[in-house]
Amino acid sequence: MKAAWVLLATAAAIASQTTVDRWLAAGAVDLVLVVVVYNALASERVTGLLTGSFAGLVQDVLSGGVLGMAGLSKTVVGYLAGIVGTQFIVTHSASRFVVFFLATVLNAVIFMGLYELLGLRHFGAPFAAVAVQGVGNAVVGVLVFKVIELLPGAVERRRAARSRFRR
Amino acid sequence: MALLDVRLRAGYLFLAVAIGHLVLISAQVNSRTGVPILETVTFGAFAEVQRGTSAVLNGVGGAWSGYVALRNVRAENEALRQELSSARVEIQRQRALADRSRSLESILQLGSSTELQIAAAQIIGAAASPDFRTVTIDKGTRLGLKADMAVLGPKGVVGRVVVAGPRASRVQLLVDRNAAAGALIERSRAQGVVVGAGDNRLRLEFVSEIADVAVGDLVVTSGIDGIYPKGFAIGQVDTVEKSGVTYRTIGIRPAVDFSSLEDVLVVLTPTPAQRVGAVDAEAEKPE
Repeated sequence: MKAAWVLLATAAAIASQTTVDRWLAAGAVDLVLVVVVYNALASERVTGLLTGSFAGLVQDVLSGGVLGMAGLSKTVVGYLAGIVGTQFIVTHSASRFVVFFLATVLNAVIFMGLYELLGLRHFGAPFAAVAVQGVGNAVVGVLVFKVIELLPGAVERRRAARSRFRR
Repeated sequence: MALLDVRLRAGYLFLAVAIGHLVLISAQVNSRTGVPILETVTFGAFAEVQRGTSAVLNGVGGAWSGYVALRNVRAENEALRQELSSARVEIQRQRALADRSRSLESILQLGSSTELQIAAAQIIGAAASPDFRTVTIDKGTRLGLKADMAVLGPKGVVGRVVVAGPRASRVQLLVDRNAAAGALIERSRAQGVVVGAGDNRLRLEFVSEIADVAVGDLVVTSGIDGIYPKGFAIGQVDTVEKSGVTYRTIGIRPAVDFSSLEDVLVVLTPTPAQRVGAVDAEAEKPE
């Protein structure tokens, strides 16, 4: 069931990304990263790293970049976000905003760092672009949490699922 | 103990997946054997999803613009009529100019080598990752599209085809960080290479220090890259920074508005370099 949700959410995120990017400012939001961090925070580290790995690879394949670049960066981000989700209380909008923002920065550092390291692509000084995307992802991420938590019984179901996992 | 076990397993899994990705990256970076089959197959399948999404959105947009947003249509119609009248006059003028140049061309026995065969295509999706500036168009190999064909817009150069699937193709926009095109300044004929800056900007590089470049100069394709036909507008020089005698930065404002692209034209006619390449490939084929 969880795997199906991850597949569906990733497909929806990529379809939306390829659509909204035509109208939004280029790179203002990375919906795939939002799905990865959401899954990691709502579940745990293994879900986070598997979602990140799968979603990143799909993104690599569809972007025409080197396969594994976005896969690796999103795997690391998903894994670390999963650890943050289980070790800290990340239920407040402000703390979620910070996690989404830092996840975007980390994703950019790994992704762009690898490309620069291998001399395949040069990004110059993309600080403003990363900051804008960090805020965009954080706003969308917090909104996604709000919307899903508004669905009837969603919080109870998540608590029940977590307590089952801990036992 | 059980908790530690879960943590260890998660750690091992993370390591395995990370190493898997690194191996995958290394294999590609070392080999560079063209487009992976996985990419072509996945792209072909996903292009259908993009086509569907685009069709639904266009349907909704069409319903909105066809029924809801019909206010001010009369005034707009009047303005368009006037615009059409002046455009007709302009066409007459251009036709006269074309006739003149055609007669000059025949005098010089250049033939009609500048006629290009083109295919119109619609943009059905953008890049899946915000770090790449590519779009998906709804035409592919079934209509004769191939990799490295130039893509133009009504105002100038848009980019080139990088992956051609049967019913859709991926186009790398000229503003992508990895995109480049041979260019020249129309006024002074100074040559250089236009490269994408990642955002909606372009830079002109490899320009000779004695070249004459000024703000406002029109930059057009030079045709030396073997992809873009010669003489198509790329943009206008809007910044020229010099460090001593050498040009440090020449910024170009693209002629095409990449944020509002909807329809493009793909140049099907091979460039002279592509024709030579095709002849060479044919000659190398074993009999």
